[in-house]
Amino acid sequence: MKKEAAKTLRAFLIELVIYALLVFAYFFLVLHFLGGWLYQLEIHHRYTYGVLAILLIIGQAVVLESVTTLLLRALRGRSE
Amino acid sequence: MFFPISGAHISPIYLAIIGFLIGILGGFFGVGGSFIAGPALRAVGLDWNFAVGTDLAHIVGKSVVAAKRHRALGNVDLKLGLIMAIGTIGGSECGAQLIQALKRAGNVNLVVSVVSIVVYLSISLFMVWESRKTLSQNNRSGDAAKNKKADSSAFGHVTRRIQGFKIWPMVHLDVSGVRISLWIILLVSVVGGFFSGFLGGGAGYIRMPSMVYVLGIPTHLAVGTDLFEIIISASYGTFTHAIKGNVDILIALVMNTGAAVGAQIGAISTQYFAGPKIRLAFVPLPLIGAVIVIYTLWTGHKL
Repeated sequence: MKKEAAKTLRAFLIELVIYALLVFAYFFLVLHFLGGWLYQLEIHHRYTYGVLAILLIIGQAVVLESVTTLLLRALRGRSE
Repeated sequence: MFFPISGAHISPIYLAIIGFLIGILGGFFGVGGSFIAGPALRAVGLDWNFAVGTDLAHIVGKSVVAAKRHRALGNVDLKLGLIMAIGTIGGSECGAQLIQALKRAGNVNLVVSVVSIVVYLSISLFMVWESRKTLSQNNRSGDAAKNKKADSSAFGHVTRRIQGFKIWPMVHLDVSGVRISLWIILLVSVVGGFFSGFLGGGAGYIRMPSMVYVLGIPTHLAVGTDLFEIIISASYGTFTHAIKGNVDILIALVMNTGAAVGAQIGAISTQYFAGPKIRLAFVPLPLIGAVIVIYTLWTGHKL
């Protein structure tokens, strides 16, 4: 039981480090390029901005959920 | 990092950590976490209207992650979630319109702060009373839940009376094992939606307890269904706030990077706790929100 918990914790910590690196890259690449464009959209096309905001946040959530699940599976060597 | 839409300078690490913490709470309790996110965003200089709108956008993303996980655990009643989404959207629009009116009147911060404090304190006091009473009843009767998903409530007699109102049309919720009038479900969701639009977030702090105490939904299912319903209603809330200029989607996207991990941890953790214990553990959350808002009003600091 303790061995299993330690394995899960270690996998989670490794996942967190890999995930942090991915997120760090995400901050400085994707958001940097998206920022100016979304800013202009928010000023000039509010309705388009509203729809795009929802699509972006849902799309990102689905991708992140898949990334974290895949990372966890890969690190634990089996599905949850 | 500069966020041009709201004109704020905020550390992305700060946002990701806040998202992570709120993600855990959201996945575990089925709440949006606006009682933490609102003050946390205010603490770094966002106005209430931006904090409310941006938080709603962040909640959509976090709820997608947590609801997906809860669905895998069998904790989502899709029929109930879809019905509630209709009422929540109507109520949410009323709340958002009230925010706009208060913005025009120039006293949005004071009114939202006072209402927040009253709502948060009321929920906490009621839930601490109910869950402690239920736990002591369970201990006395000696049938403390062997099955973690077994649920009971000291408020159950009132819930059964509410379920006894046979106002047509009646809805049978197979997954939750409840038969109740459609109008009661809609009333609960309209009230929750109003607070969602007015105070921000998914209003899970109102709706999750309402689903348990008014509709009689088991706590685990209330958590999962609430998250599913929040995806729909918070998406609508995000759109209405976005066209009013209250959403900085860049901030929400950064917060969601942390929330994606936290929400999964929270959702998985629910299977290790019985309903009354989840409800008792819920109590400090709105209290924390109330304390932060009181501090803001008392000191005048922009929290």
